[in-house]
Amino acid sequence: MTRASSKRAAAAQAAEPDFVQLLTPDGQRVTHPEYSVDFSDEELRGLYRDLVTVRKLDAEATALQRQGELGIWASLLGQEAAQVGSGRALREQDMAFPTYREHGVLYCRGIDPIMPLGLFRGVDQGGWDPIANKFGIYTIVIGAQTLHATGYAMGVAKDGKVGGDEGESVIAYFGDGATSQGDVNEAFIFASVYNAPIVFFCQNNQYAISEPLTRQTRVPLYQRASGFGFPGIRVDGNDVLATFAVTRAALDNARHGNGPTLIEAYTYRMGAHTTSDDPTRYRVASEVEEWQAKDPILRLRKYLESTGLIDEAFVTEVDAYAREEAVKLRERVLTLPDPEPGEMFKHVYPNGSPEVDQQAAEFAAYHASFEGAHS
Amino acid sequence: MSETLTLGKALNLGLRRAMEDDSKVILMGEDIGKLGGVFRITDGLQKDFGDERVIDTPLAESGIVGTAVGLALRGYRPVIEIQFDGFVYPAYDQIVCQVAKMHYRSRGKVKLPIVIRIPFGGGIGAVEHHSESPEAYFAHTAGLKVVACSNPSDAYWMIQQAIASDDPIVFFEPKRRYWEKGEVDTSGSLESAFPLHSSKVLTSGTDATVLAYGPMVRVALDAATAAAEDGRKLEVIDLRTLSPLDMGAVFDSVRKTGRAIVVHEAPHNLGMGAELAARITEECFYSLEAPVLRVAGYDIPYPAARAEEEYLPDLDRVLDAVDRSFGW
Repeated sequence: MTRASSKRAAAAQAAEPDFVQLLTPDGQRVTHPEYSVDFSDEELRGLYRDLVTVRKLDAEATALQRQGELGIWASLLGQEAAQVGSGRALREQDMAFPTYREHGVLYCRGIDPIMPLGLFRGVDQGGWDPIANKFGIYTIVIGAQTLHATGYAMGVAKDGKVGGDEGESVIAYFGDGATSQGDVNEAFIFASVYNAPIVFFCQNNQYAISEPLTRQTRVPLYQRASGFGFPGIRVDGNDVLATFAVTRAALDNARHGNGPTLIEAYTYRMGAHTTSDDPTRYRVASEVEEWQAKDPILRLRKYLESTGLIDEAFVTEVDAYAREEAVKLRERVLTLPDPEPGEMFKHVYPNGSPEVDQQAAEFAAYHASFEGAHS
Repeated sequence: MSETLTLGKALNLGLRRAMEDDSKVILMGEDIGKLGGVFRITDGLQKDFGDERVIDTPLAESGIVGTAVGLALRGYRPVIEIQFDGFVYPAYDQIVCQVAKMHYRSRGKVKLPIVIRIPFGGGIGAVEHHSESPEAYFAHTAGLKVVACSNPSDAYWMIQQAIASDDPIVFFEPKRRYWEKGEVDTSGSLESAFPLHSSKVLTSGTDATVLAYGPMVRVALDAATAAAEDGRKLEVIDLRTLSPLDMGAVFDSVRKTGRAIVVHEAPHNLGMGAELAARITEECFYSLEAPVLRVAGYDIPYPAARAEEEYLPDLDRVLDAVDRSFGW
């Protein structure tokens, strides 16, 4: 080892944070004094299938954007374990509030993966029913949804739906950049003083578009929680087992009436912020390579292979399944109809508005006035 | 049953009745519990309905509105008190980006029946940020409805109608009129009350139309009394609803009088008066004897309290505008 490379190794080691880990990057199961998982073989294989599928669907969406079929796409590449681990930790009665990147959580909630593509294609603004699906609509304004989640959780407590296994928990997703927003800090305060049944799930993917974590904080993010009066914990966000264990524990804690938890899922955005971004302008290739070695899917595959839970045939089958899902997604995206122009006047108000009605009528009359227009 | 109430007490009784009628109605705000709000509008409500329904919140306006969104998603009907007009701005993002748009973004799947009460306007000798009139910001935002009450009877009924509505509503209260008294008939039902999004003709006249809302309605009525002494009959219309505007009675009136004067405390530029003038011009062009005139606050930050008397539209400025209209 040269002096320079040993220095780099030391730096990398120093940067390696303290976190809960149950599966090392090279696929070794390790134990943690407080957290563990008790998955059946089938469940472990299911997690692998989830991870591969959400990555494949995400790659397909990126390709669709490159081909002009989506206006923009916010890729989850690299964050699959953070999303699938936390998404699968939710119980059926739990409610999630996403940003605009939680395609993996959306998948785990059983929502049709076409839904966010309508938003990014520009044919709608996010069409699923957030209450029926227990998954809020995507929120573009950074951090705003953490307050909605907190209010919802306050409502859960008012309804008396905490205090037992059947209690309801709420999870709020956000990123490292969002921790600087006033709304996120206000959400921490409201959740704390009302002891709301909520888990704040921060995917620290190291970048807010181009700005590194050092532009958001001088202390590890999970430590912020102590100032607000509830526990914070950091988990290896590329470890789907640890993420599941930590999130499930925090959600159960909340549903039993023990208040909020902040989870910092330490991960890395392997791709660009969105398809409009160029990460080569602000980060070096060697950093990305370091994180490639911590890939969330690779480590689970290594573990499952080493224990004989999966074999080559299974891996091939899962790849084929994911590819098929991606093809189906592509075909459906290409046939998503553009909205009828007159539709834009609908749903402005639950009770309607004479002003909007009048403009809609004028719009229709204007278009009807053209020669050859359909009446 | 008719009783004499201050505007503040009428609001208090309206809130109380709304809470009695629907257990999902909750109040949120700073100091609204034991204190009853800095203007005492929620006086006694926490004592009677408990702190789960009358919620003293942390001192964070964006947090209040943002958590109200979540509570509304959970099935509650939050009624928020913003302590003073000038303190609403930290919540502006949540109101404009979230409250106003979630129904639209969800293609009608989500309703947010939230009422945001804002005591607004000057005339109470307050320090800065306590006397502003931010209604145009909200009236400009699609997805919000905006109303302003001017008298105790309207306050009593309009607050209940706003709470019962599934639309998100910004509800402006004329803070300097909180202590003014009027007759309120509290019998009857919401359904039979004068509709929320309707303007109301208060005095019938043939010479000029004066449009006002909130605290300026009293000024307009006083102007009508004074003008009558000079033989001019002013038709005063209380707009009541600022988004949507209810122009029917306004157009009828201007077609009759040929003159319109809009009065508001908010600054002149791009205020409600600009929109009203444009609409009147579009619809009543051939009836107009003079341009639509505006009597408004000046385009300056709200001045120090000892100067506010000169800033706020008053009887003489309204009469001066009437004279200018006739001099055209």
